[in-house]
Amino acid sequence: MARQQDPSRPPAGTPKTLKNRAAVRTAAAVTAAALTAVPALSAAAPAAADSEGAADTLTIAASQPVDSLSPFLAQRLISTSIHRLAYDYLTNYDPETNEPIPALAESWKTSDDGLTWTYTIRDDVTWSDGEPLTAEDVAWTYTTMMEDEGAATANGNFVANFASAKALDDTTLQIKLEEPQATMLALDIPIVPKHIWEDVEDYSTFDNDGFPIVGSGPFVITGHKPNQSITLEANEDYWRDPPKFDRLVFRYMPEQDAQVEALRAGEVSFVSNLTPAQADALKQTENVTVNVADGKRFQGFTINPGASTQDGQEFGDGHPALKDRVLRRAIMRAIDKKEIVESVYGGYAQAAGGYIPARYDRYYWEPKGGERLDFDPDAANRMLDEAGYERGDDGVRVSPEGDRLEFRMHVHNDRPDYVAMGKLLVERLADIGIEVENRTVDPGVLSDALHSGEFDLIFTGWTVNPDPDYVLGIHTCGALPTEPGTMRSDAYFCNEDYDRLYEKQLATYDDPEARAAAVKKMQRILYEEAVVNVLTYADTLEAYRSDQIASIQVQPDPGGNIWGQDGHWSWSSAVPAADAAAGMGVSTGALVGVGAVVLVAIGGGVYLMRRRAAGAEDRE
Amino acid sequence: MDTASRAPAGRTAAGPPRRGRPGLHPAVRYLGGRVITALVSLLAVMVTSFFLFRVLPGDPVAALTQGRAVSVDQLEAMRRDFGLDQPLPQQFLDYCLGMLTLDFGMSYEYRVPVSELIAERIGPTLLLAGTGTVLAAMLGLALGTRAGWRRGSLMDRVDTGLALTLWSVPSFWLGLLLIVLLASGAGLFPTSGMSTPGVEGAFNVALDVAHHMVLPVATMVAVVYAQYMMIMRSSVLDEKGADYLTTARAKGLRDAAVLRRHAVPNALLPTVTLIFLNLGRVVSGVILIETVFAWPGLGSLFYSGLRVPDLPIVQALFVVFAGSVIVMNLLADLVYPLLDPRVRT
Repeated sequence: MARQQDPSRPPAGTPKTLKNRAAVRTAAAVTAAALTAVPALSAAAPAAADSEGAADTLTIAASQPVDSLSPFLAQRLISTSIHRLAYDYLTNYDPETNEPIPALAESWKTSDDGLTWTYTIRDDVTWSDGEPLTAEDVAWTYTTMMEDEGAATANGNFVANFASAKALDDTTLQIKLEEPQATMLALDIPIVPKHIWEDVEDYSTFDNDGFPIVGSGPFVITGHKPNQSITLEANEDYWRDPPKFDRLVFRYMPEQDAQVEALRAGEVSFVSNLTPAQADALKQTENVTVNVADGKRFQGFTINPGASTQDGQEFGDGHPALKDRVLRRAIMRAIDKKEIVESVYGGYAQAAGGYIPARYDRYYWEPKGGERLDFDPDAANRMLDEAGYERGDDGVRVSPEGDRLEFRMHVHNDRPDYVAMGKLLVERLADIGIEVENRTVDPGVLSDALHSGEFDLIFTGWTVNPDPDYVLGIHTCGALPTEPGTMRSDAYFCNEDYDRLYEKQLATYDDPEARAAAVKKMQRILYEEAVVNVLTYADTLEAYRSDQIASIQVQPDPGGNIWGQDGHWSWSSAVPAADAAAGMGVSTGALVGVGAVVLVAIGGGVYLMRRRAAGAEDRE
Repeated sequence: MDTASRAPAGRTAAGPPRRGRPGLHPAVRYLGGRVITALVSLLAVMVTSFFLFRVLPGDPVAALTQGRAVSVDQLEAMRRDFGLDQPLPQQFLDYCLGMLTLDFGMSYEYRVPVSELIAERIGPTLLLAGTGTVLAAMLGLALGTRAGWRRGSLMDRVDTGLALTLWSVPSFWLGLLLIVLLASGAGLFPTSGMSTPGVEGAFNVALDVAHHMVLPVATMVAVVYAQYMMIMRSSVLDEKGADYLTTARAKGLRDAAVLRRHAVPNALLPTVTLIFLNLGRVVSGVILIETVFAWPGLGSLFYSGLRVPDLPIVQALFVVFAGSVIVMNLLADLVYPLLDPRVRT
């Protein structure tokens, strides 16, 4: 079918002329394109440079798009971080120590029963539209969240226990509680301007996109390109020191590797959430500073001790042997946390002690002496031998009740560190005669298994706030599901001593030492029971351009992080570097880039013409 | 394009000519049949979309509040807001009524109407995938024609080999490679995004966007042009032995003219179907490329929606993606008789 060219075919027409005409046409088109592109570029380049504002813009790579600009709705870290910049809070956390410090509230006092809190509100704060900020704004924000379900979407748990929030006068706010609450100096609720928000009809859908958005924080949100970027300008009238950078831009870049490349190119000034490999590579890069911070998060796994509801109704299909505390503790003795730190995190982590990460000095607890469940497979084997778990012919132990120790382990497949940890766990547990079926699955599958109680071991991790109330509360008996499948916690844990201590730490909100002591005892119970098992506190790895940012505040200081702080300190304190190369790179890049495209186009055109000409020669 | 089958699509449009019923014009019959088929497909897609994403593991409310301090009341309120407390048949009914009135519901995560989100994102996707498809088709057709016409030549072997190699390269990898080499390495292009914040003026914005488009479009063209090339190459091969070409040569036409005026128009037919099918897929975008280059299009919206799962978003997008393929397929069916008299009855 495929016939070869027929060489005997007579030449036809005037091929040379035709060919050349086509060639001339192509060349003309290419030249025309080039001619239009080049001046266009020189016009755009300075414009780009101007709008960049050279050194005064700080660009931050964001891994998530903003979900909502409404403080009542925003749940993602990117959105709440931006709200910390644009709004004020009743109190802040000290950048160096993480302790609560005055913000909108200058001072506060508590009634003897702990149910009435009276705050004195600063009188020198104005909204970015010039209106004064008063206690009425604060009271209105809280009351709206108490009364309107839509407004309670994001932060409702903070006010769930409020009986009332009233402004006694412009500078006095009074909050009455149903029961004592430990987080009264840690209310992470952005205060919104009443005069703007009281006209909103439906808080569950209002997305707060009237720019510039009226706020009172160190920055004002001035623009949002959905799924692309969000821009904030410095608030020169901010009641603390105004920020040094004129503008902040959060750029959405979902791909982590692309973020790192953007940092190398100088397009963004800051990236967070680096992997150990990326951090190591960036350490070698010129003009880039890598910040290794103690993590706010713990990584670990929970063991299913038998899922049940608050009423004691059992459900799920957890392995019956895991009800035995000795077995759970033996599992912990078989795991080498130091090995995980080295081989999973490349050293960028700490082997965990208690439930609360080491960066929180006040609450950090570490097991001592004989209570430590350190890595010791021999000891673990002895514990199991003594408890009657005998090894079967295949080396896998069998419980005294005759159940083979064969456990399912659910691992998030979207977290490389968990996946690597899971593999290590399989090996280590095999050493003590426990067979683990590694189920590395979609987080959705994992969440279903957790809620239905159909798991044995399951990975977990929480970001711990400076106030640990919430992460402690999820392991009280009250956090067990009311009916199967409705759990909000991540472990089926219920311990009366633990609950008593939880109440105690709530009641001692005004005695930090006593509260810390209670919190530490709670962690000891968690550790001893070995249902909630913490393995590591992974470091937070971040990097910034030292040729764009001269200095930046970490929290806590030293050893703290830049991204995801409890406060606005990093971005409000950042100092621009003296030599401003940032803006220039872009426009030069544009020039050269489009130039390269034009060259390729010309090259391609020439190539095609030559090919055509050559083809014609061949055949004629 | 990456999501759908990457095997070069064959001809699907040309149905066998059928005898018309008496009293009904054959053209009307043809047209009516196609339209009805399309409508039925659309309905099936709608129903599938509802159940398909409810089979996905995971609870949207749990995923949205994961790692956050929330009370049980808040969880219940969210469930009520999303309508997830309703029994499934009721949810299905609401969904169907909504779809029929083009009300896709409210996104769980963004709390805005899904139609608004789609309207926001469809422009960038059409721009990126549309440009990419047009360029890939042009390049593929040109190279495919040459390769088919001169089959077995060095040029054919090199071009075909190169096209197939690129076809088998994962698009996100090629994208990252281009970023490393040309963006952060040589500094010629922005590493990602669609625009530089703060650029103003229509002309500057257009130039800025064009500059941002170069790498994603290049990635897309490199990966997909092979399918156009291979289809065109094989159709040109099919035509090459045809008698009418011998006739054309016999009457003294030059080789190039034989190719251009006689072989190519006939060889184009199957390619037209392919182009139409791909035009439908333009809407679904190039999910991985959009993700690597942080391109704010429908593909990345779908990807992020799937992770929650944000049911209203993924349901609506599924219907939109499938619907656009169906509509384009229908258009291909309708255009086909105009191009090929043999299809007309």
